[in-house]
Amino acid sequence: MTTDQMAQLSNYLTGSAFAVLWIAFFCHVAEWISARREAPVAVAAGQGPVVTADHDADDRPETPDRLVGIAVSLTVLGTLLLIGGSVTRGLATQRAPYGNMYEFGVTGTAIALTVYLFMVWRSRIQWMGGVVLAVCLGILTMSVSSYTPAGPLVPALNTFWKYIHVTSIMVAAAMFMVGAAASVLYLVKQRAEDRGAVGPVLARFPAAARIDQVAFRVNAIGFPMWTFGALISGPIWAHLAWGRYWGWDPKEVWALITWIVYAGYLHARVTAGWKGRRAAYLALVGFATFIVSYYIVNLFISGQHSYA
Amino acid sequence: MSPRNRRDQPASELRPLEFGRWAWRQLTSMRTALLLLLLLAVAAVPGSFIPQRGVDARAVQAYYLDHPKLAPILEDLGAFSVFSSVWFSAIYLLLMISLVGCILPRTKVYAQALRARPPKAPRNFGRLPASDRFETDASVAEVLAAGRRVLGRARVDVVEDADGGELRAEKGYLREFGNLVFHICIVVALVGVALGALLGYRGNVIVVEGDGFSNTLSQYDEFSAGAMFDPETDLEPWSLDLGDVLTRFYVEGTNRGAPKLFRATGGYTEGGRDRGDFSIEVNHPLSVGSEDVFLVGQGYAPVLRVTDSAGDVVFDGAVPFLPTDSTYTSTGVVQVPDSDGTQLGFQGFFLPTAYSPDPSKPSVSVFPGALNPRIGMNLWTGDLGLDEGISKSVYSLDTTKMTQVKDGDGNFRIDIGPGESQALPGGGKIEFVELKQFARFQIGHTPVPWVPLSGVGLGILGLTLSLLVRPRRTWIRARRDGSRTVVEVAALDRVPRDDLPADIDDLLSRLRADLGDAPEKELS
Repeated sequence: MTTDQMAQLSNYLTGSAFAVLWIAFFCHVAEWISARREAPVAVAAGQGPVVTADHDADDRPETPDRLVGIAVSLTVLGTLLLIGGSVTRGLATQRAPYGNMYEFGVTGTAIALTVYLFMVWRSRIQWMGGVVLAVCLGILTMSVSSYTPAGPLVPALNTFWKYIHVTSIMVAAAMFMVGAAASVLYLVKQRAEDRGAVGPVLARFPAAARIDQVAFRVNAIGFPMWTFGALISGPIWAHLAWGRYWGWDPKEVWALITWIVYAGYLHARVTAGWKGRRAAYLALVGFATFIVSYYIVNLFISGQHSYA
Repeated sequence: MSPRNRRDQPASELRPLEFGRWAWRQLTSMRTALLLLLLLAVAAVPGSFIPQRGVDARAVQAYYLDHPKLAPILEDLGAFSVFSSVWFSAIYLLLMISLVGCILPRTKVYAQALRARPPKAPRNFGRLPASDRFETDASVAEVLAAGRRVLGRARVDVVEDADGGELRAEKGYLREFGNLVFHICIVVALVGVALGALLGYRGNVIVVEGDGFSNTLSQYDEFSAGAMFDPETDLEPWSLDLGDVLTRFYVEGTNRGAPKLFRATGGYTEGGRDRGDFSIEVNHPLSVGSEDVFLVGQGYAPVLRVTDSAGDVVFDGAVPFLPTDSTYTSTGVVQVPDSDGTQLGFQGFFLPTAYSPDPSKPSVSVFPGALNPRIGMNLWTGDLGLDEGISKSVYSLDTTKMTQVKDGDGNFRIDIGPGESQALPGGGKIEFVELKQFARFQIGHTPVPWVPLSGVGLGILGLTLSLLVRPRRTWIRARRDGSRTVVEVAALDRVPRDDLPADIDDLLSRLRADLGDAPEKELS
């Protein structure tokens, strides 16, 4: 197979992964809709759509659970296709598949989905599926919108520091992706719990405190990795390539902002008055700053990271 | 930072010492540290959207031209040098003080905690987040001994009295250790960065093939040094001769024109002694003494010769044209201070591979390699402004006191390739002698780079410890009740976790297995 054919195959695989993940996402949406329909407590009963969070398994409507099963299977399929797309891209370009924004997005999303599926296997967190997929599809859309044909790299990228720097950034970003999904869920669920109005859809999610803990765990893994990627391997490489380890390039500035906000998040979690909701908002702000450094900086500001 | 959260309010009349103490407590509180952190993040944002003088001085000049009204206001606010502005430094310094003010007392508390014994068991285990109990035939001493074995590496105290005993265990001391290491390392890293900035320097120079560079201040195009660096004495004595700049571009496929290789080669000397050949590539700098030479750019430097109407050569030299895009469309300037009694200024473009699909339109560069090099320039005469004592850029022409030379209806245009020459309207000619390339080197000395590097590196280890290690206190209380021993177990996490009940179950079953108890004897 020639590299051109391989690049073509990669595009097909990534394209089908995109489609399959959309279907998986719709399965989760359908799950929530059917959970509402089959809710044991009817809205018309006059008591409001209140369902206790921990009702017996027998009471659980079957259709939503079946839909979750389908969604997780489709997510596995989509993730495999995406990994295939990433690997064939690497074979087509004869290098690691994260030399530009497009490849970073595809490979990073594949890692995020693998992390998510691993956690589904270990801690049964498929309740997060819909939101994780929404975040991943958002990132995939951004990366596809910056599609670059398969090709070699500019000389500055041609060093093994690229593998270390980009891998750590990408894995950290994958963690932040999953963490952001959990934080969104936490905020929604906590709000419902505070109002005492946990509807049939939200009743499918674990207690807010548990969601918050999941968010903290993935973010707490992501933060040291981000530190390593942005503040160690990045500066070392910048020193070799550009003659300075820190130069306030826009991408560097935003990577630092992301670091500061996530550091703030970790502190907020142990600060009175900031625990819980405010901390979760900070995690989302942190993820938003990551999106800025991944996407917005490249589109609107020119800097030394303009290739990726 | 400091976990303390007391909202001490200043009383109506405070003595200076009390006020100072109050202010210190406010500054070092976690809440303030958090706000300062977020403020620092917000303060960094304009530095990424507004061009920064330290990053790209030319972009700042361009901003002045595009926004003549706004730019001076931004200048007053320090927006063109955000990261050295007063307000950014203020936040940064307050954060540093807050950080130190939190590390010191916490280190003291931690030192005490290291020597402290695990605390006494609370009276009522039922109030703790997880507890359980069982009865066994084993004696109190046997239960407590088994507890010590089962709890493994935790710090354990056993206290026994007449009717029973209790075991107090605490583990997870490394969490706070990691936390302190992380915060101390941040201070170390920042101090390292500051030292590097104070004691180091960075300079930029363009060297044309065949030319040399010797490491003295006057040879640099741009130079910035820290306050504690003296360019007169601290620059190391070395020099280099640039032999060849090698550039390779992809010629086929979708990446046509993408750079493949940049390499500068030549010879160098250090302290007067010949050090042989060098080869500098992107990512592969040359180290001379304590200084490093990086290849950060390259471009074309056509050798141009200008002759006046009498046939005398008034300009002869390589003119670096600075690349402006990925096809190396480059701009450059030739300044001739004296030609037939006037001053000449040439300004225009260099196209490495000129191509014009339509002869009526100007050519564009379609490939960064020099396949069809052309120079297109306009000519001005008048005052170059060289005598005003203000150092002028050699890469731009100040045409305010000059008039553009016309040719019939339009402006006079020069269009020459290598080996070609063109007559000038006032007599004389300009000749494109040959094409050379230039390399742009960044030369710098960053002292103690290992301080910030190891600071952040150790910091990550500390951070990982502080995030992974989970402190837990466990108590086992055993009391004789008739012929049996009642054992109560409880645990408390300093950082709440959801696996505590499962861990208590696990502890209980391991304890009973150690005692040789069968689980069906369980009560309740």
